[in-house]
Amino acid sequence: MLTKRIIPCLDIKNGRTVKGVNFVDLRDAGDPVELAQIYSEAGADELVFLDISATEERRKTLANLVLRVAEKVNIPFTVGGGISSIEDVDILLQNGADKVSVNSSAVKNPRLINDLAGKFGSQCITVAIDAKRIDGEWKVHLVGGKVPTALNLFDWAKEVEERGAGEILFTSMENDGTKDGFANEALSKLSEELNIPIIASGGAGNVQHFVDTFKEGKADAALAASVFHFKEIEIKDLKEELRTNKIPVRL
Amino acid sequence: MKIVIINYGAGNIQSIKFAIQRLGYEAVLSDDPSVIKAADKVIFPGVGEASSAMSKLKASGLDVLVPQLKQPVLGICLGMQLMCNYTEEGDTKGLGIFNTDVVRFNNNVKVPQIGWNQIESLKSLLFDKVSEKEYIYLVHSYYAPITEETIAQSTYGITYSTALQKDNFYGTQFHPEKSSAIGSKILENFLSLSNQQLKTNN
Repeated sequence: MLTKRIIPCLDIKNGRTVKGVNFVDLRDAGDPVELAQIYSEAGADELVFLDISATEERRKTLANLVLRVAEKVNIPFTVGGGISSIEDVDILLQNGADKVSVNSSAVKNPRLINDLAGKFGSQCITVAIDAKRIDGEWKVHLVGGKVPTALNLFDWAKEVEERGAGEILFTSMENDGTKDGFANEALSKLSEELNIPIIASGGAGNVQHFVDTFKEGKADAALAASVFHFKEIEIKDLKEELRTNKIPVRL
Repeated sequence: MKIVIINYGAGNIQSIKFAIQRLGYEAVLSDDPSVIKAADKVIFPGVGEASSAMSKLKASGLDVLVPQLKQPVLGICLGMQLMCNYTEEGDTKGLGIFNTDVVRFNNNVKVPQIGWNQIESLKSLLFDKVSEKEYIYLVHSYYAPITEETIAQSTYGITYSTALQKDNFYGTQFHPEKSSAIGSKILENFLSLSNQQLKTNN
C-alpha cells in the first residue's frame, strides 16, 4: 500500500541552513547535509530544500550542495527556490536532485511547466503554490506570499496539472507559522478536483494536525519545518501515532 | 569488480553512482559499447519520458547492445520499462527483453504514484535477506502487469510488477538508490550476483 509521506523542509541560504535548528547532536547546525542525514535516519520519507539565496554564485553553490546531499542521503529530495529555466533544472537533476519545485516562475511563465515536464518528465516536476483568501476567495500569491495575483487557487492548480506537473506543494499563507493546523478544507478540495498528489504545507503544530490533514485534508504528504527542527515532534512518534489512526506510513 | 552505469543522457545517474559508492564500490559512467561489454555488472538507469529515452538509446546503438549482454544487468525505473516489449508512454517499442507491455495507471488512483509502497511475493537472489512487505520508493505513471517474469509485486489500485527477471536481466520499477537501507541491500545483492549463481538460479 502506498504510504503517506512526512517531509521536513530545510531553508537554505548560501549553502547553509537558515532557520535555527535545535539539534544538540549536530556538530555543525548550519550544515544541510548533516541535518539531511539525521532526518533520513529518523524516518523522513523525503526532504525539501528551499533555497532563498540571492547572490550571483547562487546557482553554483546550490548545485554543489545538491551533489553533497546526493552523496550521503539515500532517500529522495526536492530542490526549490529561484528555479526559472530548463538549464536550472538540468544542473540540479544532474547533480542528484530527484525533483525540483517551481513557484513564481511558473506563474509568470506557465509554459515553463510544459517545457520542464516534456524534457525531464512529470515525475520530477513539483509546482509549489502559495495562497491565502482575499474576500473569501483563495488567491495565488508570489514572493513568499507577499504579492497577490488575480489567479484563483483551484483554477491555477488545475492548469498546473494539465500542463504536466507531477505533484503540487500547497502552502496556505493563512496557516503558515500559526501552528494551528493545515488548511484542510482547501487541501481536500484540491485533492478531489485533481488527480496528482498534493503535499500539505503550512500550519503544523502538533501530531493531531498531521492526522487531520491526511484524513480531512486528504493530503498525500505533509511538509513541515520548525516542529521538526526544534524537536517538538519526533518523526518516529508522529508515524506511530498516524499508524494508530489507521493512516498508512513507512515505519 | 567493474560496474558500468549506462550513460545515455537519461536522468539522475549521479544518485546511483553514489549509492554504489556507499557500498564500497566505484561505478563508471559510459556509453562506450566496449566498456559496457567488458563490465562485470551493468546498470541501465532511466528517468524521464520513454520515447525520447529510446531515441537516445538508438542514436548510440545501445538498443542493439543491451539485449545481447551476458553479465547481470539491472534496469531501474524507466530502464526496466524500456527493457519490456512496448510501453504506452509515447507509443514506444522497447528492447523486448521482458515479455510484457507497459501500460498507464487508471485514473482511479492519483498518477504519478509518488512515494513509498511495499514489495511482496519476492523471488530471486535479488531479494536475498529482504523481508516481504518492505518499503521501497517509487515514482511512476506506467507499470508492467504481473507476468511469469515477475519477481516482486506491489499494489496501487491494481497489483503489478515492481521487479522483473529474465536470465541475466533484472529490472526494478522502484529506485533502490533512493530506498534507504533496504534499497542498499537490494543493490548489494545485485552486485553480489555471480554468473554461476545466475545459471543455478534459473
